[in-house]
Amino acid sequence: MNELHAGKSGGDTLLDIENVERIFGGGRKLFGGKMPAVHAVQGLTLNVRRGETLGVVGESGCGKSTLARLVVGLDLPTAGTITFDGEDLTALARRNRNALARKVQYVFQDPVASLNPRKTIRTILEAPLKHLTDLDARGRERRLEELLEAVNLAPEFLERYPHEFSGGQAQRIGIARALAAGPELIVLDEPVSALDVSVQAQVLNLLDALKEKFGLTYIFISHDLSVVESVSNRVAVMYFGRMAELGPAKEIFKHPLHPYTDLLMRSAPAPGRHDLLSEDAAAELPDPYNPPPGCAFAARCPRKSDLCLSARPAPDAARGQDENHFAACHHPLPRA
Amino acid sequence: MTDTTQTVEMKPKRTSARPGTLALLLNNSLATGGLIVLVAICLIALAAPLLPLADPDVTAPVDRLQPVFSDGHLLGTDHLGRDLLSRLIWGTRVSLAVGLSATVIAAFFGSLLGLVAGYAGGRVDTLIMRGIDMVMAFPYILLALAIVAVLGPGLLNALYAIALVNIPFFARNIRGITLGLSRREFVDAARLSGKSPAQILFLEILPNVLPVIVITMSTTVGWMILETAGLSFLGLGAQPPQADLGSMLGEGRKILFTAPHVSVIPGLMIFALVMSINLFGDGVRDVLDPRLRAGSLTRPVARTAVERGDAPVPPPSGKGGVLDVRDMRTEFEIGGSVYKAVGGVDLTLAAGECLGIVGESGSGKSVTAMSIMGLVPTPPGRIAGGAAYLDGEDLFAVSDRRIRKLRGSAVAYVFQDPLSTLHPLFTVGDQLREAIGTHQPLSAAEVKARAIELLSLVRIPNAKERLSAYPHELSGGMRQRVCIAMALANDAKVLIADEPTTALDVTVQSQILTLMNGLRRDRNAAILFITHDFGVVSAICDRVAVMYAGRIVETGRTNEVLASPQHPYTAKLIECVPVLGEPERRLDAIEGRPPVVNNLPDGCAFADRCGRVRPECRSGEIALVISREDRGVRCLYPLNTEGAA
Ligand SMILES: Nc1ncnc2c1ncn2[C@@H]1O[C@H](COP(=O)(O)OP(=O)(O)O)[C@@H](O)[C@H]1O
Ligand code: SF4
Ligand code: SF4
Ligand SMILES: [Mg+2]
Repeated sequence: MNELHAGKSGGDTLLDIENVERIFGGGRKLFGGKMPAVHAVQGLTLNVRRGETLGVVGESGCGKSTLARLVVGLDLPTAGTITFDGEDLTALARRNRNALARKVQYVFQDPVASLNPRKTIRTILEAPLKHLTDLDARGRERRLEELLEAVNLAPEFLERYPHEFSGGQAQRIGIARALAAGPELIVLDEPVSALDVSVQAQVLNLLDALKEKFGLTYIFISHDLSVVESVSNRVAVMYFGRMAELGPAKEIFKHPLHPYTDLLMRSAPAPGRHDLLSEDAAAELPDPYNPPPGCAFAARCPRKSDLCLSARPAPDAARGQDENHFAACHHPLPRA
Repeated sequence: MTDTTQTVEMKPKRTSARPGTLALLLNNSLATGGLIVLVAICLIALAAPLLPLADPDVTAPVDRLQPVFSDGHLLGTDHLGRDLLSRLIWGTRVSLAVGLSATVIAAFFGSLLGLVAGYAGGRVDTLIMRGIDMVMAFPYILLALAIVAVLGPGLLNALYAIALVNIPFFARNIRGITLGLSRREFVDAARLSGKSPAQILFLEILPNVLPVIVITMSTTVGWMILETAGLSFLGLGAQPPQADLGSMLGEGRKILFTAPHVSVIPGLMIFALVMSINLFGDGVRDVLDPRLRAGSLTRPVARTAVERGDAPVPPPSGKGGVLDVRDMRTEFEIGGSVYKAVGGVDLTLAAGECLGIVGESGSGKSVTAMSIMGLVPTPPGRIAGGAAYLDGEDLFAVSDRRIRKLRGSAVAYVFQDPLSTLHPLFTVGDQLREAIGTHQPLSAAEVKARAIELLSLVRIPNAKERLSAYPHELSGGMRQRVCIAMALANDAKVLIADEPTTALDVTVQSQILTLMNGLRRDRNAAILFITHDFGVVSAICDRVAVMYAGRIVETGRTNEVLASPQHPYTAKLIECVPVLGEPERRLDAIEGRPPVVNNLPDGCAFADRCGRVRPECRSGEIALVISREDRGVRCLYPLNTEGAA
């Protein structure tokens, strides 16, 4: 199997990301010479099946949000293709942004910052109904009521301003806005990271219920492994703009192949857990302007060999027992 | 799934709680004075056609240079015998009209350019801003002169010139704000809601920029009136016989010594006008400044006010320890109501010990931490009772000087956002050296050696080279380590860490936690560790105190509290933490929200959300019952207590 097929798996594919790359910078300077370029996302191949929740984990700066913005069309890839339901998503984003917005929506990390402080909730929720649907005033009113009910908010909230809401309530509004135009796929970019654990559970439960009710597909991005584990069918672990490991959630968390996945898992705190693994202070991400030729994780990896330093492992260099479980590693962890 | 329909709180709508814009403005006596003078001048100028004034332009050589208070000419006459009062009022009218129109024109075009440049970015931005830079490269008066020279003298041309030279000022201001706003998430959200760029710019961004435009206008109007007067004074603005304040001044100049009143009177008017506008403009700026919106009317002071009233100051608990907080109360007075953010907190912290404070956001964790060293802003905050003893010394009673000395030496803070602690324009080395130097008399070389030692201590590789790095050149984890190094610069006895790892990745978080754990073992420092994450508590804290609505509801050794929580709130809080390896574990969330601390219910603050609530819970004061040495719970019907109800 080559690089292109490692991220694929059977089933009814809704979103197909193929060898996608997004480079920032890298233009020409005024007086010759190239500006430094950063590969935010590189050689990413991945698909999302209809009706599943794909979790995406990784450290900040590993390209999670870039991936999210590419999928909703807020940003365009510099190479590779993204296909949504058989249609070229990138072309659609260029040609008819609203058509894409009807199918794919986004929920933001900071719920309060994603609401315009000078607009009432009614204005905010009506915007997608006005621009993306052809409902008349009466239809919009009815839809607003449905939306508020779907996210468990009282109708009185409509006339209020964002600053009057707690984080959890604001995130419900953000979710209602994403649902407004009836999308098929919702990209949730750290939707609960800014919330208290107590509220976090409420929002996660709500997301579960909505998925069931409206037959949605989720891409759930988070840096919190335990949250991702509890919501995802499949999980993609990203490191330094590339896929480190991809597979069914159960497999990944029970039998991780990639040393990075293992590190993440052993760093996660949990009530009653005292033995947090801690790396050396020197363990830093590679310089994005000067990426290493081999495995990007080598500087932090306890299993690295000379091979790792010279040759970059393919996304499917290692296979798990499940046929859909891959990792980009020359020396994967043995099955425990 | 929990069906906690979120309803609007039943708190009565209190529009008066936050002072209105006008009330805030009127509270500023200078601005009010300015407003009164300005309104008076405007009214008189507007009423000019109605007032029984002589024709301002009719010359009467016989009556020339009449002094002030002469018959029929209250303010005398000028060198052509024209009535000065009449000319003054008509002239003010002209100057006001020109100044205001120039402001409006400059604001309109400047803001438009700024909005477009800031929103479009890229090439459009570069193009517009280079053009603006070119305009700004000329001294403004030279540019205005050049414009008038090309267009020919005249009031209207002067107006255009003044407006044009002020466009860059608006454009730059507004571009900066727009740039910041267009990177905000709500703009992306509007894009995904199907709005077009023009709709986003004018319907989403403009309303947020408007206050800034108003502020800029109110602070530049006076300036523009002065500039117009300047051009007229040079004979490039109003042409004779028309009066405006500048041309009147110019005409009076020639006879300054024989008839000073001819120039002094318009001069005074310009002064009064510009001064009143500027005072009023400053007032407007202060009102629209969000920091003052919160309800405070004066600037915060460097230390929290202590108003402990007549109640006796509680003595130390007698448990020893470095830090001993007794019944500490901190309140915020906003509008008419008092928010009891911290309502009587007791804490003790021994050397080498780590105490965790856990709770939902808004439960008062941060205010507790900040109160100890008087870092809560006053107004609106104040310490309303209790005491905090550092080695027996009451921190609320010591002098400002002493508290400054203790801050950063005996007691050091680490905050959630390292960027708020580190100054972006100084290197890490500069800041570390300052932290060391202010508290210890060391030579430059010693200070540097100490700085390197500290950076190595927090395990920053290449410590020596990193001294010359700027904060933005370091990763989030590195920056937080630098903050910890600064906190340790003076061998702090107590380290107060407020969510120091919340913004960090798990891998970095575990590094920092390991680091802090090592530090307290090696240096015997006491740590007060604030977090909302029970997982983090497990990793580092010996004891934990759970806060709810400004009070401690449960305290005990970490293991005991986690294994058998006694307060229903603690139990719920632990239950909803997702745990790796237990994906099915996510259970019920805690329904509802914590009470607002300006309106706490009688009895237990948790009663509305509690599954075990009984009628007795809703009245009286529920005490923190200490069962064993470290164990306490504030609940009438606690869980997991052998033999109890
Ligand atoms: N500067 C301030 N002005 C007014 N109220 C404040 C201020 N700081 C905190 N508060 C209020 O004090 C209460 C406790 O806040 P805080 O200590 O920050 O909670 P936590 O740290 O537990 O999240 C909240 O109700 C909050 O609104
Ligand atoms: S390829 Fe080598 S360095 Fe990279 S993760 Fe695998 S073992 Fe470690
Ligand atoms: S006092 Fe009553 S309402 Fe409060 S936590 Fe205990 S049982 Fe619940
Ligand atoms: Mg806080």
